[in-house]
This record gives sequence, C-alpha cells and structure tokens, in this order.
Amino acid sequence: MNIRRLVNAESAAVDSGRRSFLKLSAGASAGLMLGVSFSGSSASAQNAVADTALEMNAFVSISPDNIVKVLIKHLEMGQGVYTGLATCVAEELDADWKQVVCEHAPANTQKYANLLMGQQGTGGSTAMANSFMQMRQAGAAAKAMLVAAAADQWQVPAKDIKVSDGMVSHGNRSATFGELALAAAQQPAPDASSLTLKNPNEFKLIGQDNTLRKDVGKHNGTAIYTQDVKLPGMLTAVVAHSPRFGGKVKSFDASAALARRGVQHVFEIDSGVAVLATDYWSATKGRELLTIEWDDSAAETRSSNDILLQYRGLVDTAGAVAESHGNADHTLSRSSDVTELVFEYPYLAHAQMEPMNCVAQVNGDTAEMWYGCQSATGDQAAIANLLGTDINNVRINTVFAGGGFGRRANPASDYVLEAVRIARHVQGTPVKLVWSREDDMQAGYYRPAYVHKIAASLDDAGNPSAIHIRIAGQSIMAGTSMAALMVSNGIDNTSVEGLTEFAYDVPERQVELHSPEIGVPVQWWRSVGHTHTAFSKEVFIDALARKAGADPVAYRLGLLTNNPRETAVLKLAAEKAEWGTKELPEGWGRGVAVHTSFGSTVAEIVDVSVQGNTFKVERVVAAIDCGIAVNPSIVRAQVESAIAYGLSAALADEVTLTDGNVDQTNFHTYRVLRMNAMPEVETHIVASNNAPSGVGEPGTPPIAPAVANALAAITGRTFTRLPLKLA
Amino acid sequence: MAFLLTINGETHELDVEGDMPLLWVVRDHLNLTGTKFGCGLAQCGACTMHIDGVAARTCVLTVADSVGKNITTIEGLQSPQAMAVQQAWVQLQVPQCGYCQSGQVMSATALLEKNGNPTDADIDAAMSGNICRCGTYPRIKAGIKMAAAQFTNAAGAV
Repeated sequence: MNIRRLVNAESAAVDSGRRSFLKLSAGASAGLMLGVSFSGSSASAQNAVADTALEMNAFVSISPDNIVKVLIKHLEMGQGVYTGLATCVAEELDADWKQVVCEHAPANTQKYANLLMGQQGTGGSTAMANSFMQMRQAGAAAKAMLVAAAADQWQVPAKDIKVSDGMVSHGNRSATFGELALAAAQQPAPDASSLTLKNPNEFKLIGQDNTLRKDVGKHNGTAIYTQDVKLPGMLTAVVAHSPRFGGKVKSFDASAALARRGVQHVFEIDSGVAVLATDYWSATKGRELLTIEWDDSAAETRSSNDILLQYRGLVDTAGAVAESHGNADHTLSRSSDVTELVFEYPYLAHAQMEPMNCVAQVNGDTAEMWYGCQSATGDQAAIANLLGTDINNVRINTVFAGGGFGRRANPASDYVLEAVRIARHVQGTPVKLVWSREDDMQAGYYRPAYVHKIAASLDDAGNPSAIHIRIAGQSIMAGTSMAALMVSNGIDNTSVEGLTEFAYDVPERQVELHSPEIGVPVQWWRSVGHTHTAFSKEVFIDALARKAGADPVAYRLGLLTNNPRETAVLKLAAEKAEWGTKELPEGWGRGVAVHTSFGSTVAEIVDVSVQGNTFKVERVVAAIDCGIAVNPSIVRAQVESAIAYGLSAALADEVTLTDGNVDQTNFHTYRVLRMNAMPEVETHIVASNNAPSGVGEPGTPPIAPAVANALAAITGRTFTRLPLKLA
Repeated sequence: MAFLLTINGETHELDVEGDMPLLWVVRDHLNLTGTKFGCGLAQCGACTMHIDGVAARTCVLTVADSVGKNITTIEGLQSPQAMAVQQAWVQLQVPQCGYCQSGQVMSATALLEKNGNPTDADIDAAMSGNICRCGTYPRIKAGIKMAAAQFTNAAGAV
C-alpha cells in the first residue's frame, strides 16, 4: 500500500466519509434487515441476530429486543475490526457494550467502500483509519434518531433528553433502545452538520482496554469460517494444480478417481483438474487416483537460486530511478570511505492457518458466495466478468477468515474464480473449494524475493553523506488492477517504500529499481515492501553506527533530528527497555530498529541469547505511535502478532524452487514460529490525540532487523540475508 | 464399512471408508465443525481432540483406529479445567483470527487436566505442536496460567 497517499488522504477521507454517510442516511428506510444465515450452521446465539432489526442507517440497526447490530464493512481476520469499529459506533451511540453485536456487511461498494481505497476492501492497515469518523457518525446519527423518537413520544425537547449506557431518559421517564427502535427508524436521517461528536476527553469506550471482543465463538468452536459453511446438497472440490507455475493440463485420466467412493465429478478447469465429492477426504483420495500429463511449455522452470543470481547481477547495473536528491553517485565515487552491503530476501508464503477455500453457487448469470472475503469489490467484479453478468448479480456473504496476512486480497481473485469456475460447471450445486496445506503452500502469490545493494559514503563524523540504493525483485502491482494507482514511470512503489523518503537525514540519496518479470506469482505479505526495505535500512544504519563506534540508539537519534515522531517512539522504547543501563546475562545481545509504515511508527528493542550456532529471541520491548489507540489491548495484540509473524520470517520462513518446483509442502518444511521460540513481548503505546493510523502491519518491519542487530552486537558480524543463520 | 464411534459421550454409527481420518468424519459426517483442518500432517494441531483424555492430532488418526476410544471434541468439553481455559481465553482476548484456537484450547485443557500448575517449560512442551500464525502465544501462555491459578488458589483442587 502506498501509505503516503493513504495518510494524505486521511483528512479528505473524513470529509468524503461525511458525504457518503449523508447520502446513505438519506436513502435508509425502516425496512427489515435480513441477517446472513447458513442452513445447518451453528453460529453462536449471540451472532444470530433477530431478523426484526430496524435499520437506522447503513451501519446500525436496532431490534425491538434491544440488540444493536453493527454492520462491519471490513473482513474480520483476527485484527479485531469487529471490536474496533463497533467501539466507535457504541461510543457515539452511548450504547451498552453488552447489547452490541457485529455482522459482516454484504458486498456493496456504494454503501461500504473503504474510504481510502474507493472500493470495498480490507488492507493496508486502513480499517480503523478510514472508518473512525464514519463509524462514530453512524453511531451519533442513530442516537439522534432514538432521541427524536423519545422527544415525540414524551413531548419534550430533544435537547433535554439524555442517553447513557443504552438507556434514553428524561426526568423520571426512560426507555431502552429496543423500545424506541420502531419509532426511531421512522425518523428522518439527521443532517451530518447537526451531529456533535464527542471530544476525546468524553470517551467512555474509545481508549479503554476492558471491552469484550465482538468476534465471538472463537474460544469454543462456534465461530464460523469458510471451512465450516455447509449448504444443502453441497459438494467439496479439490483441484490438482500444475506442479510448476504456468503449467497446463495436457491430458488426464479420471477413471480410477471416478470409481472412488464419494467422488461425483472430475473435470478440467483453467487451473487444473477438479475433483468433486461428497466430502473432503473422498475428494482428496479421488485426486490421488488421477493420472495427469502436464504441458510445461509456458511454465517457469528456473530455480530460486537462479533467480537470486540474476538479481545479484541486476543490482550491479543502473535501474529505473525511483528517487534522487543531490548527486549521490558523484559523491560516492569521490569518497574514500564507502560502506557497501548486499542484502538477500527469499520468497515467503503467507501460510495463514486456514488454507484457502471458498464456497460458490452459480445459477446461470447469478452467483452466491460464502467465504472470508477481503476484496469485496474486486472479487465481485472478477466474478461478474467471468460469468458475463452484472456485479449486482454476485452476492457475497462474508464469514470470518482464518488469518490472511495479505493472501485473501488476491489481485487476480485466484482462489475465488477457481471456485466459481467449478461451481459454474455444476449449475445450481453449491461447491466448497478446499485447498490442502500443500496446495496452499505451493500455489504461489508469495512475498517476492529481492536483492538490495546499498552503498553510503561517510563524513568525518561517521554520518552518511550520500546513499545509493538498488533494489531488484518482482513488482507486486504490475499487471493488477491497482497498477494504475501504484506504478508510475516503471516504479512500483511497493518495491521501494521504506527506502524512498529515507527516514534518516542523509543529504544525497538515490534509489533505483529493477522489476524483472518472473513466472512466480507474487503478492503483498503483511507490511508489503517494508518486509524487506526496513531490514536493509535498519541493518545498514546499525552497521554504520558500529563502524563509527557509536551507540546504535544515539547514532539513530543524531540522524532523526528532523523526524520528531520516530525520535519520540525510539526514545520511549529505549527508556522502557532500559537501553544502555540494563545489564544483560552472559551471551546475550541487544538490537534495535525503528520504522514507519502505514502511518504508524514502531520501535523494537530485542534481547537475544546465543549458544554456539543457535540463538533465541528472549524479549522484545516495542513502542508504537498509531494515533488514538481505539482499543489498546487490541493494539498490543496486533503488535505482538506482527512481531511473531515477522520473527517467523526472520528465523526460518523461506520458499525455494528447484527447476520451477516449490520445495516446501507443509509445516515440516516451511518452519513457522511456534510457542517455544516466542519471546516475551512488552508493548508501549504513545499517548496521542491524532486520528488512528495503521496497527495490523507496522509492528512487523522492525523485528527482523532488530534481531539481526542484536546478533551483530554479540558476534560483531553484519547479517544481510533472511532467514538469519549464525552458521 | 460401518464403524461405531463414541464422541462426546454419544455413540455414532458411521458408514465411511476405513482410511478416513477422524477429523473428516467429525467435520463432514457429524457436522461438528469446531475442530479445524490446518495441515493434514499432524504438524499444526488445529485438529486436536482428546482421545481417552490425551490431546491427539485427528487429521492422521483413521476412523478404523478410533473405534472403542473415548473421543472428545471442542463441542464436548465439560471439565472445570476446560471451562477455566475458555474463560481465560475470553478475558485475555487470546484469539485473533481464531482458526487455531479450538486446537489450542484442547491442548491447553489436556495439559491442565494432567498438570494443574505448569511451568513455562511445561507449557512450551505441551503447546509447541499447535501453530498460531497470528502469534497469540504470549496470551495463550498467560491464559493457561490464569486458568491454572483458579485451581491452585482453590486449595489444591487439582
């Protein structure tokens, strides 16, 4: 995501939020809202909202039995968006938190667009940033309608009516929201200019920890994910994909598969051979019985080592200029004191816990979908395009997603269209497409591999006077519908973000980019370009500090005098970690990194213990400035999560290819972080009255460089390759 | 083939192939979807059930080998330890995406049923077979300790 654009859009978003909200409110009626329901599902009682809920506006409805339902336009995939957005509504509505339930909004880009994206979708850590004002206004508007209804009934001035903790009152009279819901829904939608939102010092819920999460049922197995959707007559589909990216089916023999008990259909689709059965196991066993000959004439057959070798050559040649200040080349060529490092990053799989899946039912030119939908508008358009139908003929029911980390917002709608292609073949029959872990791991759409080369000249004080950065790696955005927005003059901003607009004060800077085309599908991965740029930046700066014999925190602060936000966050982390004063056990080392992404700044200080050729990350102290922390407990949870996710990649994650075949298949070969390698994490939040900025991703970029810098502190070596290895 | 399984105290007769893992019998044929599929290779723990009181990966346990066992899924949890674990999970906001959490709760409950006061090392040993990509590990650990405290504080009820 281009966070610069997003952050700049923030103030505009508040305005456009107001406008679209007004428009929606004007169109709102007192009609009945129908809840999403699955026959045979076991959604928890709290999620099963009565169908009698009365609509106050596009986001809020209230039922006569006093339940406030908040429609959530973003995908809940663990980041806490149900709780966060409902908090904003409940705050301004003065609802009792216990009466609030959440449900995913349907796909409807007119009503539910991400105000920073211009279409309905979740990503770029924007959920709270784009919804903060919109959700508060939705709550305030609903409250105004309740008050107007009470004023009518009690024949008292609206201004004398109080609302608190879910009760509307005047003198001795009081009513619940539920009692007023019918009359309130018939009130005209209030004018946005008539709504007064609370000042931060009036917040009762925003900024508080102790709110129960609204994505309920996750502790007892009742929460419903795509994997759990069951529809009458539904078949389960698995697909035999080409072992190599770009391979096609040449021929196949399905006779043995069709003889397997439970298997109902076998047919070819664009992406391979689909096997449909009455249950997953039968489909899988049927797939094992297929004989397929693949046509690899257009397939990628290189090994990842060949690809990285190509990149190492590319960074020795001039690339497209992404940013240029002064004449860094000239200064570097005349300098006698140049530090140069080459960094290398592997492909990474998302490996979210719920392997990709999707339920689809196609009837002629209409489709109904059930899945953890992250790109509602993009997927809806792709499905409509495939079926040659109107976007309004595609209905999407969104359920919880078992993790995403970027994967579910696929720019090609890959797994979604695969499900639709299968369902189209068996008209009217609901089909649940299920990928095995192996399918998921080997399906591509990885974080791209990269090589960076960074050189800097140093002034007499040991500070960088000029820096030259070259990056080689695939463009994530090229060829997608977002290319027009994200790629300009051959520069995909997501390839360079974090190294352009260099956070440290270096007078002369040049950033160049090579974006070779490789047949391995790539995609954004939690924190996108910052997954690699932050590592290079922070390891490089640390190497300069060591060379100058300076303290790593003090050296950074000296280069951040024009960056008060990073200065404050770094100082907070250093203070809380007792940087420079705390004594560490023998064999332990300390490292630091600070980075800004998605509008938020995070500093992390890491303690690492080394024993022989192995090491353990013992403790992380993090500080974050994310503007107003709507729910501090969730902010801390997201920082913990972002650290765990980034640490996994720092320690072990790596996708490699041999002759075009992905080497990793499952969690025994793609070795993600487990409990025994998880450090203690302590998170400190900078107090702020600024608008909320990103929280889901910004904690990821600093962790790998902080660990590498801690290892450097112990070993004196500079670590330039991920995953980190001591030997 | 027909198999008789005892799941959550009830007996079910199932006519499926004998190689079908218990996970898929429970999910696809008994419609108990609380137990999740994550890897199919006993690597991630999302499919954890209790087999005769022991946490087990049911994506690799065949229905044929499940006959005669006392099988408990997340839907059938009843012990005081299980209730304490689930309460702590809600209170500490442990789940994020939540997909692995049925398995985490099953492993944590099995641990506490055997060891009422686990150390950090005990918890690491019992829980490292359960992957959480959201990285809720610190809160899982805190949740287990919170649940354990209910019993150690109640004069050694465990």
